[in-house]
Amino acid sequence: MSPPAGEAVATARGRSEPPFPLRSRKRRRVENLALEVASTAAALLALFFLFWILAVVVKRGISALDWTFFTSRPAPPGAEGGGLANAILGTVAMTLMAALIGTPLGVLTGVYLSEFGKGTRFASLVRFTVNVMLGIPSILAGLFVYTLLVVTTGHFSGWAGGVSLAVLILPNVARTTEDMLGLVPDTLRESSLALGAPRWKTTAGIVFRAARSGLATGILLAVARISGETAPLLFTALNSPYWPRDLGRPTANLTVTIFNYAMSPYSDWQRLAWGASLLITVSVLVVTLLTRWRVREEES
Amino acid sequence: MIPTPGLGGSTRWPDAVFRAAAVTCAALVCLLMLGFFVELTRNSMPSIREFGFGFLTSATWNPVTGNFGALSSIYGTLVSTAIALLLAVPLSLATALFLVKLAPPGLARWVRQGVELLAAIPSIIYGMWGLFVFAPYMAEHVQPALKDVLGFTPLFGGPAMGIGMLTAGIILALMVLPFTTAVMRDVFRMTPEVLEEAAYGMGSTTWEVVRRVTIPHSIRGLAGGVFLGLGRAIGETMAVTFVIGNDHQLSASLLAAGNSIASTLANEFTEASEPLYRSSLIELGLVLLVITFLIQVAAHLWLQRLGRSSGRTA
Repeated sequence: MSPPAGEAVATARGRSEPPFPLRSRKRRRVENLALEVASTAAALLALFFLFWILAVVVKRGISALDWTFFTSRPAPPGAEGGGLANAILGTVAMTLMAALIGTPLGVLTGVYLSEFGKGTRFASLVRFTVNVMLGIPSILAGLFVYTLLVVTTGHFSGWAGGVSLAVLILPNVARTTEDMLGLVPDTLRESSLALGAPRWKTTAGIVFRAARSGLATGILLAVARISGETAPLLFTALNSPYWPRDLGRPTANLTVTIFNYAMSPYSDWQRLAWGASLLITVSVLVVTLLTRWRVREEES
Repeated sequence: MIPTPGLGGSTRWPDAVFRAAAVTCAALVCLLMLGFFVELTRNSMPSIREFGFGFLTSATWNPVTGNFGALSSIYGTLVSTAIALLLAVPLSLATALFLVKLAPPGLARWVRQGVELLAAIPSIIYGMWGLFVFAPYMAEHVQPALKDVLGFTPLFGGPAMGIGMLTAGIILALMVLPFTTAVMRDVFRMTPEVLEEAAYGMGSTTWEVVRRVTIPHSIRGLAGGVFLGLGRAIGETMAVTFVIGNDHQLSASLLAAGNSIASTLANEFTEASEPLYRSSLIELGLVLLVITFLIQVAAHLWLQRLGRSSGRTA
């Protein structure tokens, strides 16, 4: 037996607390304004830092990017000049290797999750593991591959560097593949199978084709992301002042070079480090923006 | 799952191979995760045997005498992560509110993309900017001001060097921001419109709707976002290594140099030639692995229970 709401408030006023404290309209408007100002300020602050970082990298890096930067290897400590062509090559080689190893394994894992294992307990275990692995710090991938490949072979190598990056790319690609294949309607699979196509043909010829642009975008993003990784290479590829002729030895790469040169006392090396920073940042951002832009084109 | 097509379908050998390859790769992922634990444990055995549980509670880190303890690294990891979350959580809440409730859709898209780009910048670039630009700025402007106001507390004692726990925490906050913002934005958008519109209809202001309806309704998803941010911040390596100062001292001051597990690994691993030294570093890595693994498992169980996918940017 509860009285109508309006009466309840009227009789309750002054005797017991109303459900919400009554406040003046002015105070409520001020509070609301405060929220709007704070939210806008927070968003602007994030953008401010983004532009600050990018501006610094461009301003300090641009002067280092000349012809020698892209064509020669570093000068001896303290000497003027020199470039990072060897490190560029090394980074490209190890990133490619990681993509070649990690992508097929990741795609197949994604295929299992989306096409074969749906609803099974093993698939949920694998999916869970993939998600957890995505959150494991990249430095631990380096440490893991160090114990696996560097301790056993007795020396740091470009192979180990590539494998440690592959370990990072694998869960990324697996997750993207599952997400993208999951968007393909089951009717397509059923039509293909009904026509008598085997599973592998259905997956490779129909499902992949339907999902290809999303897949390509996801894989490209994952590759771009790992090309800027430093920590896993510290314990695997190490670094080297020489051309990367033999991936069985320590291999030059841009990110570890940035780390080493930034901490060095030579201003010329620090200049090269900024040049390398600009190169890495621009490459990663360009790939990220291009893929974003393409995805949006297709959505609209 | 669609059944393999009828007669003779399952006996086609290419299909069997295809399926086996997919299953093998899926199993490989689990093996890899297991391998992380096995390999790191195996390689830290010398250190585990030598120091036992004392490794976790000793603050000594002396490569000369061969005496190692993880306490200062664990402490630094926790403190820098705590600073990062204290800054990033309110900031990303406010940013997410801006994106969902305040900004017109066109502007919201641009701002969202900008915030997400923060996640695309490699860690080492944050380190370069942090060491050469942001730390000097902190030393000249921010830290002296903090000391003027709060210098009487031990938290802000000692000289203003620019580098140190606080600077590392601020940079970590920036790096975590895009991830937490993405989750919070998704969570906010899942609040049923009827609920919010009912509150607006009663004459509520945006702030009142957010405080009384949106946030209470999405509180568990928000917690999941904080968890993911925590997992990100705790193992971040390069940016922290550049600016934390890499000093194995326990200090109450946030302005003092410190170290984190990841920064110690990045900084000392190549110099460590003694087997015990190296093994102790690997045990540090094992500690980090266990911490992040537990955080990730908790975060995903939590989000899974909510029946939502974890927010992922880029």
